Amino acid sequence: MSDKIIGVLEQRDGKLKKVSFEVVNVVSKLSQELNLDAELLVIGNEIENLHELSGYGISRVTHFKNENLNFYSTSGYSQIIADYSKEIGSKYLIFSNTSLGKDLAPVVSIKLNAGCLIDCINLITDSEEVVATRPVYAGKALVDAKLKSEIKIITIRPNVFKPKSNGQLTKLNVTVKDVTSPNLKSKVVEFKKSEGKLDVAEADIIVSGGRGLKGPENFYLVENLADVLGAAVGASRAAVDAGWRPHREQVGQTGKTVTPSLYVACGISGAIQHLAGMSSSKYIVAINKDKDAPIFSVADYGIAGDVFEILPALTEEIKKYK
Amino acid sequence: MKIAVCVSHVPDTATKIKIGQDEKTIDSAGVTYIINPYDEFAVEEALKTKEKFGGEVIVLSVGNDANKETIRKALAMGADQGILLKDNNSRDSFSVAKALAEEIKNLNCEIVFTGKQSVDYDNSITGQLIAELLGFNCATVVVDLKIENNKVIAEREIEGGKEVVETELPVVITCQKGLNEPRYASLKGIMAAKKKVIEEKPAACSENLVEIIKMKKPQEKQPGRIIGTDSSAVPELVRLLHEEAKIL
Ligand SMILES: Cc1cc2nc3c(=O)[nH]c(=O)nc-3n(C[C@H](O)[C@H](O)[C@H](O)COP(=O)(O)OP(=O)(O)OC[C@H]3O[C@@H](n4cnc5c(N)ncnc54)[C@H](O)[C@@H]3O)c2cc1C
Ligand SMILES: Nc1ncnc2c1ncn2[C@@H]1O[C@H](COP(=O)(O)O)[C@@H](O)[C@H]1O
Repeated sequence: MSDKIIGVLEQRDGKLKKVSFEVVNVVSKLSQELNLDAELLVIGNEIENLHELSGYGISRVTHFKNENLNFYSTSGYSQIIADYSKEIGSKYLIFSNTSLGKDLAPVVSIKLNAGCLIDCINLITDSEEVVATRPVYAGKALVDAKLKSEIKIITIRPNVFKPKSNGQLTKLNVTVKDVTSPNLKSKVVEFKKSEGKLDVAEADIIVSGGRGLKGPENFYLVENLADVLGAAVGASRAAVDAGWRPHREQVGQTGKTVTPSLYVACGISGAIQHLAGMSSSKYIVAINKDKDAPIFSVADYGIAGDVFEILPALTEEIKKYK
Repeated sequence: MKIAVCVSHVPDTATKIKIGQDEKTIDSAGVTYIINPYDEFAVEEALKTKEKFGGEVIVLSVGNDANKETIRKALAMGADQGILLKDNNSRDSFSVAKALAEEIKNLNCEIVFTGKQSVDYDNSITGQLIAELLGFNCATVVVDLKIENNKVIAEREIEGGKEVVETELPVVITCQKGLNEPRYASLKGIMAAKKKVIEEKPAACSENLVEIIKMKKPQEKQPGRIIGTDSSAVPELVRLLHEEAKIL
């Protein structure tokens, strides 16, 4: 019998999140390259879209069920995962590097005496071992690293390992395990949804504004562009510190590190701390009236003009494409 | 109530990173080091907690003599005692967390504050590791905290909103921007900090579990082009986004 690899999936409100399919993709790849038996694990109450897992070549799914586990609980989730991993003798566990994954993975790692590699953006197998690439110093450098522990935990950066269905449907073998008394020493009792529509950490397109917007009252220009692009609104620290935008929107070394397909920087100078958080975006557009602003050194396309003129024009032009 | 704060000593965020000769760590020549920005929120929250419940704030850092500067910064803000857990090797989070947990156990602390992330290796796991090693509860990325009797209510920032976590002491809290406004050290605080003795002990680090093979620079992004200087450039920009970038 081969060793096991477990993919830990995430659900919100009874639906598997998009990042879960990225985990499935990575588990599927590693299980083939390392000749491991793949299993998927999900914790929650009812989960409505488990059937969507059938296109990825992994059949074994274990659903740990309890109505008190619909919301996250560090103590409850970590206990279940560690116990199950021990039971089946898993050698690898893969998590998404979300706020849940980051909270959970290190706790599980202590329970299993495992090491963990956080926020990996590339995984290759080299003579039966996984070598992971992860950004350090907010992406100003990368390290290739491996784990020396017998059991290995890896969290993968969201939005990087795009899920690939193999087009064939695998018959799912779902085992539902009722959890009788979950460990609820710590538990989430409420989720306060923020008014903003999309979170920068999860968005595929981000439009960010900085001090060049001159004041909070002008951010509607950024929001309108974000709306037509289906994008999230981000901000520089200058805009956040001035109280124009909430800090959850801050992009950069002490804000969020993002890797969207498109990042539009409006009235942002491109300080090194800002660049650290967004320079690995696939495409970058900069709008800044100073043609020497450092943001242009990472931008694919730039307009050295006034945001108050360019943003409305750009929003209108994009509407024509929709 | 004994309160521990863990602080790391990191390169200034404005630093341009150069890879060192060993190709595993950075070249620290000419780099200014500072207290990890998130750890300032941790120190502030520890001080506020002490102001409310009384007790003692003990600052801990694992590293070499240079870390004393960061410990002193926390002392200047108002922490009572500083301990340097001395170690000159390059350590991973497991190894650092082991040393911190060991000392926190000896000190009998009931609350531990850490930053949500150290802006060097960006691991964001040390707090959780300490918690689990000690058998404490933990709440991460916290932007609001209430402690009453034994009960801990923490709001943590997550994708698309905030989660309210309920748990109990003893607890490890990893602090995020927004939790508080770190105070400035007063002149009096700075003078007092200079006089305080920072206790030094060998760190009880365990073996590293993470092996760094190579550190490298990410591929430099090639600067693109400036298409124009006013709104007449907009159609061209949209065309490029559509045809070249295939975004629209
Ligand atoms: C410890 C630390 C951590 C930090 N972390 C972060 C972080 O996480 N994220 C972050 O963003 N910053 C961070 N910073 C701050 C960073 O150094 C910069 O101060 C900040 O990014 C500047 O924001 P900005 O570009 O909006 O403002 P500015 O640098 O003031 O730039 C404004 C830009 O707008 C342009 N402009 C003005 N008017 C117009 C107009 N009408 N049309 C077009 N362009 C216009 C100007 O030419 C200028 O380039 C950090 C700093 C420190 C010390
Ligand atoms: N060497 C260290 N000494 C003391 N505390 C540390 C050290 N490294 C990390 N920490 C603490 O752990 C937090 C998270 O660090 P990390 O897991 O490395 O991102 C930091 O914000 C510090 O509070």
